[in-house]
Amino acid sequence: MSIAAVIDISLLVFLGLTAFAILKLRALFAVVMLSSVFSLVSAALLVHLDAVDVAFTEAAVGAGISTVLMLATLALTSRREKAPTRSQALPLIVVFLTGLALVYGTLDMPRFGDPQAPIQVHVAPKYIADTQSEIGIPNIVTAVLASYRGFDTLGEVTVIFTAGIGVLLLLAGFIREPEGLRVQTMDHHLVLRVVTKMLIGPIMLFALYVQFHGDFGPGGGFQAGLIFASAFIIYALVFGLENARKAVPGRAVRLLVACGVLLYGGVGFVSFLFGKNYLNYSVLGVDQVAGQHLGILLVEFGVGLTVAAVMVSTFYAFAGQNQPISDEDW
Amino acid sequence: MGVDDILGLFNYWMVIVLMMIGLYTVVSRGNLVKKIVGLNIFQTSVFLLYISMGKVTGGTAPILTGKPEVYSNPLPHVLILTAIVVGVATTALGLALVVRIKNAYDTIEEDEIQAADDEKEFGDAAAAEDGRR
Amino acid sequence: MIAAHLPILQVVVPLIAAPLSVFCRRGSTAWALTFGVSIAALAISMALLGQVLDRGTLSYELGDWAAPWGIEYRVDAANALVLLIISGISTVVLPYARVSIAHEIEPHNQTLFYTCYLLCLTGLLGMVITGDAFNAFVFLEISSLSTYVLVAMGAKRDRRALTAAYTYLVMGTIGATFFVIGVGLLYMMTGTLNMADLAERIPAIGANRTLVVAFAFIVTGLGLKLALFPMHLWLPNAYAFAPSAVTVFLAATATKAAVYLLLRFLFTIFGTTFPTFEPTLTYLLLPLAVIAMFAASTVAIFQVDIKRMLAYSSIAQLGYMVLGMSFATVTGLTSTILHLFNHALMKGALFMALGAVVMRFGDATIDTMRGLGRVMPWTMAAFVAGGLSLIGMPLTVGFISKWYLVAAALESGLWPIAVLVVASSLLAVIYIWRVVEAAYFDDPPEGVTAGEAPPALLIPTWTLIGANIYFGIDASLTTRVAGEAARVLLGTAS
Repeated sequence: MSIAAVIDISLLVFLGLTAFAILKLRALFAVVMLSSVFSLVSAALLVHLDAVDVAFTEAAVGAGISTVLMLATLALTSRREKAPTRSQALPLIVVFLTGLALVYGTLDMPRFGDPQAPIQVHVAPKYIADTQSEIGIPNIVTAVLASYRGFDTLGEVTVIFTAGIGVLLLLAGFIREPEGLRVQTMDHHLVLRVVTKMLIGPIMLFALYVQFHGDFGPGGGFQAGLIFASAFIIYALVFGLENARKAVPGRAVRLLVACGVLLYGGVGFVSFLFGKNYLNYSVLGVDQVAGQHLGILLVEFGVGLTVAAVMVSTFYAFAGQNQPISDEDW
Repeated sequence: MGVDDILGLFNYWMVIVLMMIGLYTVVSRGNLVKKIVGLNIFQTSVFLLYISMGKVTGGTAPILTGKPEVYSNPLPHVLILTAIVVGVATTALGLALVVRIKNAYDTIEEDEIQAADDEKEFGDAAAAEDGRR
Repeated sequence: MIAAHLPILQVVVPLIAAPLSVFCRRGSTAWALTFGVSIAALAISMALLGQVLDRGTLSYELGDWAAPWGIEYRVDAANALVLLIISGISTVVLPYARVSIAHEIEPHNQTLFYTCYLLCLTGLLGMVITGDAFNAFVFLEISSLSTYVLVAMGAKRDRRALTAAYTYLVMGTIGATFFVIGVGLLYMMTGTLNMADLAERIPAIGANRTLVVAFAFIVTGLGLKLALFPMHLWLPNAYAFAPSAVTVFLAATATKAAVYLLLRFLFTIFGTTFPTFEPTLTYLLLPLAVIAMFAASTVAIFQVDIKRMLAYSSIAQLGYMVLGMSFATVTGLTSTILHLFNHALMKGALFMALGAVVMRFGDATIDTMRGLGRVMPWTMAAFVAGGLSLIGMPLTVGFISKWYLVAAALESGLWPIAVLVVASSLLAVIYIWRVVEAAYFDDPPEGVTAGEAPPALLIPTWTLIGANIYFGIDASLTTRVAGEAARVLLGTAS
């Protein structure tokens, strides 16, 4: 067995143990923390499987924003799960049979890592062979994401936009005490205050790097948006929601959410003027590669804008639910 | 089935086990937050299934280096980036609903919500019967 | 020049309108934008159907990347008709929604409500028009996520809307994830995501256990989404507690889009020669459809909440659609597709009538219905007309659907099934009669005075009733398109 296989197997076993602990534990705070661990270990496995962009995103989403939202939810609801009262037999049988069916399905699969598997010989080779000449950027994932399958990504931005609007509809108009928000600040902790101030600048700078370096290395609008939002969320956590809202008011965030989708969708229309199909970026520049380059830059910026704004607005909506999270609670 | 087959499919089998632990958490647990965590595990494991199929032995991340190299398949990566976004969108909406449910029912346990609804339902039905008489 | 871009405009116009509506300061402006977009979408789908009937299948390559490397939109008679149903119902629902939503949703939420509605419309249109399996998933999720929110907006009237939305979210996500697993396995064995390319490559592989499992997961996932019995548990409460206009829109369109995707995967992508195709249809879908027809109709009879009664009726009606496809014949598929269209008309009208009752009295229980024949004569007359169509009376669209379904069963030599179809209609007679009896043979409770719903609700309701009767008398257009769609799906188009 090669070292690669050993790494692969140990990470998978570790994931299995984490998932099992999540199933069994009833202290929800521990469950949320373990779910964050599950994401981080998955991210490590994804790197091992060469999916660096995916790993980056999984770490930012699973260990970052999902955990923040889940902790906020626990603070507003309850920290402990009650013991199950119903029989677990039927779910167990259904799940077991589903798993068995999937295992049956693996028997005719190409073996793991097989370079002759159908997916390695049809469709994908063109992306690897032609990205350099047709799009002109080194990161093939970005090329496929933003151009070859750019419409899926417009759909993806729309999905995150939908979530942002949905959370606003469900929570924003629903603040329990009319006098407004009373989320406790943590700015009396000197260490937190100083460290936060030191961190926010570099985090935002890193977000910009990830945003504009996505053509060359792992990264892109989605990851950058998440990182940018996290800088903002840290600020709000330490200095209070009211101060954060003074910096960027809720309505402005809401409009920024919309602007990202409009930018992405709008870029697609430009090609109509030149008699080309929707989302053909080649018309944007003097030649195809220049056009694709500019197109990808613009749509990635749209993605980043919407993602960052949705994350901030979702955080506002959850944090605005006015159940002060104090130090003693944890 | 030889050792090569077992090693060649082990990855998929482990991923299936993870998927099923996630799915079981969703369908068997009554706590609404726990269900969402279960959905996350289920979906993350599906991501691993997709990425596993794109891996090429001896391959490297699909970022062109200018040197002749074997690259893993970029397409599953693209699909899963989209799927991760769908996943976090679902999580955010699910949790927002949980917060609203807690506020309306003062519990996030499925059994207690069901009991409260039944009481209201049969209370309503009984009232309707009274009205008829 | 624009004519060539119609396929993408069908989806992108509502998609772009959604973020634009966020800029509207007032709910009424957002409504006007949504209504305008809906009319445009209807015009586009009519033009597309015309083009398809004239010239056959249309293909549109996004970003000018050739399929299967890029994403392709592919329009033929089957999805052109479903697009028309979705945009048509949306255009009728919106005038109704303006008044009913103003009544049911808090003023500060109305702008974003229409944003969400536009997203739902975008998602449904996108998942139907696309020729790419993964793109279908993305738009399926846009429609699903916005639907969960729209359902939850009923919480102002009844808190159960929240739990209904949560249950729907969990079940819907499991369904969508099953679908993604299936698509992933298909991709693994073929290397492609393009539907037309898949359809070519799958038969070439031959007997393969991975493909069989992919088939099972796609059928199960879509079955959950279309509320195929016994995976229907999310549906009754979602329809019962959503705001009235949302119930009308969802009941008439959402499950239809899922039925369409199932048809597309079963017939176009896997095809009738796929090893598990016939056993699945004969031994799984057919029995489940028959059980749905009877079980769901029986449960409907015992419902106190009439909105929920109609929701159970929808599960039974989905049974008719699945039954038609299980014959795998041109007549069978014609009946399924006809019923997609016809059921949208009848359930749309029925839920609209109930929405008017809810607006006046706050709920629609059987007790509320007492004496309504005199209190709200026009509303109840519409309910009766819609009910007759649901039962399958001649001169209504319901009759046309049943006629083709019975003919398809007889053509396949399954006369007991034909008898069961007719027998199950009797159950519909019973549950509709319960309402009619309460409305026309009971006295209204004391203190309830006559008061009709406003014209803004009545006109859309009667528009749909008119369509029920018009297409019930002259079914030549609908049967021609449905027949063409059936032949396209079976690959026997001229």
